[in-house]
Amino acid sequence: MKKYFDRLGERFLAFLYYAGGIALLGARSIKGIFTSPLKRRQIVAQMNKIGIDSFSIVFLCSLFTGIVLVFNSAYELQKLGAKEFIAPLVALSMCRELGPVFTALIIAGRAGASISAELGTMKVTEQIDALETMATNPVNYLAVPRLIALLVMLPILTIYADFIGILGGYVVAVWKLAIPSSMYIRSTFDALILKDVFSGLLKSIIFGGIICTVSCYQGINAEGGAEGVGKATTLAVVVSFILIISADCLFTAFFYFV
Amino acid sequence: MIEIINLWKSFNGHQVLKNLNLTINKGETMVIIGCSGCGKSVLLKHIVGLLRPDLGQVFIDNQDTARLGEKEFNRLRLKIGMLFQGAALFDSLSVGENVGFILREHTDLDGLTIAKRVRESLELMGLKGIEQLMPSELSGGMKKRVGLARAICARPDIILYDEPTTGIDPVRADAINTLIRRLHDKLEVTSIAVTHDMVSAYKIADRISMLYQGRIVESGTPKQIKSSANAVVKQFISGAAQGPITD
Repeated sequence: MKKYFDRLGERFLAFLYYAGGIALLGARSIKGIFTSPLKRRQIVAQMNKIGIDSFSIVFLCSLFTGIVLVFNSAYELQKLGAKEFIAPLVALSMCRELGPVFTALIIAGRAGASISAELGTMKVTEQIDALETMATNPVNYLAVPRLIALLVMLPILTIYADFIGILGGYVVAVWKLAIPSSMYIRSTFDALILKDVFSGLLKSIIFGGIICTVSCYQGINAEGGAEGVGKATTLAVVVSFILIISADCLFTAFFYFV
Repeated sequence: MIEIINLWKSFNGHQVLKNLNLTINKGETMVIIGCSGCGKSVLLKHIVGLLRPDLGQVFIDNQDTARLGEKEFNRLRLKIGMLFQGAALFDSLSVGENVGFILREHTDLDGLTIAKRVRESLELMGLKGIEQLMPSELSGGMKKRVGLARAICARPDIILYDEPTTGIDPVRADAINTLIRRLHDKLEVTSIAVTHDMVSAYKIADRISMLYQGRIVESGTPKQIKSSANAVVKQFISGAAQGPITD
């Protein structure tokens, strides 16, 4: 029995250490944005790598999401003779929920894994130690440019995903379900209020912070060669996914009441 | 001068350094020898502040490094150059950017002056016109030399070498040893090298210290070490399988 509680205690302490480490890195990175000299070249390179290179995959996923959303909602709404609600349903779902969450999950899988693998390799080949010996703070040099890039690019990608998702829905609704184009567009704009878009954007900023902090933390703390880097990369994606979904649940509830 | 007093360090309950004492005089080349995993690199990491002692003190130029804040320690680090075992060149930067990194990050020197200093440092290593190459395009020996060029680019007072000849062939290893000796003579730096390569140790050292079971068991000139009566030192330098060293 004592052994069981010992192990439970150890795991709880390990969890606290892990959560504390991520929180501390997040706090240091945010502090670094305001206190360390900004490295424009690196920020632009990261924006390119994280953001620009992700446009095509975000395009495909959002387009298909919009199309699927229309088909699935039309399946039931047509029976009730309520086809006119398809456009608001797609617009609200994309802007409030699917756009920010899907984009964040795509970026966590694509850019988060890449950040974690890159930093993990730097750690196990002593490049991060080399930075420190050259009087350079690894958080300011490695995490801050990535955090800025994600905080800027994820909301942009989210707006793009919202637009493409709505566009996908529009194409199917107009061409396949014979909903008049003008009606679809008007219903979309009538349904959306600024709060819907902003709540999605606020979520995407939080998700960007989560992806960067978790991925950088896993990378910087990778140990044990190639196996350790692989483990760190997997954990970065898994933990980011869990935190993104949890944060989404929390913020959706919050925006429902506000 | 570097002074290490009563240094203790453990990892997950495993005691690596036990009451280690060592003094390295200004301008001398100290080589620390010992078996793989005995804590040589751990000792170097304490000097450069990558690790903090559990107990004990590390003094560099009479400053207790444990009492220094991040900014003060970083100022001190600018006086220290370090060559890592695998060179630890930044994969995403070119050779020139790697070598000039510290000048670009911590000085107000203009691009032309930095480029000149980079060229000089590379030439001192016998490397010319490779500034545009990426680390992935270099051989192991070249990586070590570029790592060495990076370590000396800011003209440090102290250079630390972590296994400078490990992983390269004997001819290239001898070239690295000659470079280390030449740097010592030319730049008049204090050098600390950790290695288990006795050929290298004899060639570059002013003094050699043997690290065994967490403490320094013998210190002396290469000549004194060769004629040491200490059974541990005798076994290590002769490379015999039989003897007091069992772990």
